[in-house]
Amino acid sequence: MRLVMEKRTETPISLMLISPLIAVALTMISAAIMFALLGKDPGAALYTYFLDPLSDSWGLQEVAVKATPLVLIAVGLAACYRAKVWNIGAEGQFLFGAMAGGYIAIITHGSTQGPWLLLVMLLVGAMAGAAFALIPAILRTRFGANEILTSLMLVYVAELLLDFLVRGPWRDPAGFNMPNSVVFEPEATLPLLMAGGRLNIGTPIMIALVLGFMLLMGRTLKGFEIRLVGEAPRAARFAGFSEARLIITVFMISGALAGLAGVLEAAGTIKQLQPGLSPGYGFTAIIVAFLGRLNPIGCLFAGIFIAITFIGGENAQIMLRLPLDATRVLQGLLLFFVLACDSLLLYRFRLIRGAAA
Amino acid sequence: MTLFEAIILTIITASTPLLIAAIGELVVERSGVLNLGVEGMMVIGAAAGIAAAIATGSSTLGVLVAVLAGMALSLVFAALVLGLAANQVAAGLALAILGLGLSGVIGAPFVGVQRAGIGKIEVPLLSDIPFIGSVLFHQDPFVYASIALVVAVWWFLTKSRAGLVLRAVGENHAAAHALGYPVRRIRLLAILFGGGCAGLAGAYMSLVLTPFWSSGMTAGRGWIALAIVVFASWLPFRAMVGAYLFGALTILQLHAQSAGVPLPSQFLAALPYLITILVLVLIMRARRGGAAGPASLGVPFVPDR
Repeated sequence: MRLVMEKRTETPISLMLISPLIAVALTMISAAIMFALLGKDPGAALYTYFLDPLSDSWGLQEVAVKATPLVLIAVGLAACYRAKVWNIGAEGQFLFGAMAGGYIAIITHGSTQGPWLLLVMLLVGAMAGAAFALIPAILRTRFGANEILTSLMLVYVAELLLDFLVRGPWRDPAGFNMPNSVVFEPEATLPLLMAGGRLNIGTPIMIALVLGFMLLMGRTLKGFEIRLVGEAPRAARFAGFSEARLIITVFMISGALAGLAGVLEAAGTIKQLQPGLSPGYGFTAIIVAFLGRLNPIGCLFAGIFIAITFIGGENAQIMLRLPLDATRVLQGLLLFFVLACDSLLLYRFRLIRGAAA
Repeated sequence: MTLFEAIILTIITASTPLLIAAIGELVVERSGVLNLGVEGMMVIGAAAGIAAAIATGSSTLGVLVAVLAGMALSLVFAALVLGLAANQVAAGLALAILGLGLSGVIGAPFVGVQRAGIGKIEVPLLSDIPFIGSVLFHQDPFVYASIALVVAVWWFLTKSRAGLVLRAVGENHAAAHALGYPVRRIRLLAILFGGGCAGLAGAYMSLVLTPFWSSGMTAGRGWIALAIVVFASWLPFRAMVGAYLFGALTILQLHAQSAGVPLPSQFLAALPYLITILVLVLIMRARRGGAAGPASLGVPFVPDR
């Protein structure tokens, strides 16, 4: 008896929707086993991780606040991965966008500006993220340097640059030597959506962009080009689509979204620049993109789910004394199961009786 | 010991984990599999190694457990990319994320626990030669092992029949399969070897280089090891040159910091990453039109009966 994989000619829609859910279920089972191994009650831990964050308004707002950068970055990464372009440096683009947008807030600090200030910050952040993403893109198209490695190396560069800036030139003079910038003026921070909580206009901006990208990917020539280059590169070449131009385009799109996410985080949630600006959003967004099946709407749901594990992980650390890295383990496992379930979509597995040929 | 000798010695110790991880990944990539999870396997090796060494009080057991931990993680990767023909880039990233998380959970109870590093081995007589003796023949066992590993891998890939088969699998898995070679079994062995090497490299970091655990202590070395493989054009001895170059860079950067170079420390710390990028660009420029790695690298393989 042996197991044989056969390529499917077409994938049933139902399976495409079910496969991420199977992956989530498998992750929860593994999570329960891990919690038990760490000597915690699996039931209580699972509840803290996945349900407790949804039980009150404060928790729901926090989930939305965490989901905003994750989804924004993931939507851009999904466009890259669709085209089989491997940008894994979103974390760096996120930080670079936050630094550029934050710079505007810092130089205008203490003076009164109009509401245009926030708009400029967001634009500058997005542009800076795109510019930072342009580096690996050009190195790839011009020299053929592997974009996986170059984009990742730039993450470390961006982290060190931020560290330098907030300890050096941009440090708050009245900040008791703490490594952070001044706290942004109210007009350089995102307006809250409701009193009592941290939900700000970043979340509706994110949702609008997700809808925009759904149209871009599904309804425009550019979207078709991105999908075609990834799925049938030869056909794309015959159609006259330039691979180099596409690499630059998707890198700039994902860089701009990551940069925007960065400045939204700096101006909305943190309200200043500091070294721990991102708890690894740029890397976690990779998982979000795959869990969301590289589809903008899928990324929205996936981002919300991952955001729940972030909040749940923080709660579990406080209430159950679970290590914070347990969240990372869950997220890594989730990506594994998502990829494994994806194989079920591409291939049909059959058990064949009889001796191996 | 002169300052120059001391610098050379530290360069060798800083390069050794890069070399061990790179040589393992080189074999994996020669078999046609791209495992981007080196960082994850390395950091899990570092965590498991020091945890086992502290728990049992034996460095040897620590090293053994580290190698096994690296292999165990690579087995998960193998199940995904060989068993389910999953996307290798994504699976490698998953491995890196999972490894970082797991290592944090394993290492959490050991944060801040100091232990003595592994001692050096003096080669009798040879270590008495001035300069050369103290630099080459007064090293810890890992350094000797890493050099032996390079020679062994070189011999295996270029001189042995099994190595030839492994390269054939990496160049054209369909042809190798048609000839009757068990493509997936060969790749599984290569992946396990790479995992073991990464685990060993991690053990070196937590047991010798900085004999304590701190979360995420590999700090991107696994990724640099991947860059070294590209730099080396998938050749073992060039990987050695590459690893020592990168090791030298990290050390010289530290010395420049302590010598008071009028540059912010963060700029110097960013140098190894920037130079990795520069080297990748230069090597690709120099290799325009030439071979760019094993032909089947990163392509999933599904046997047709």
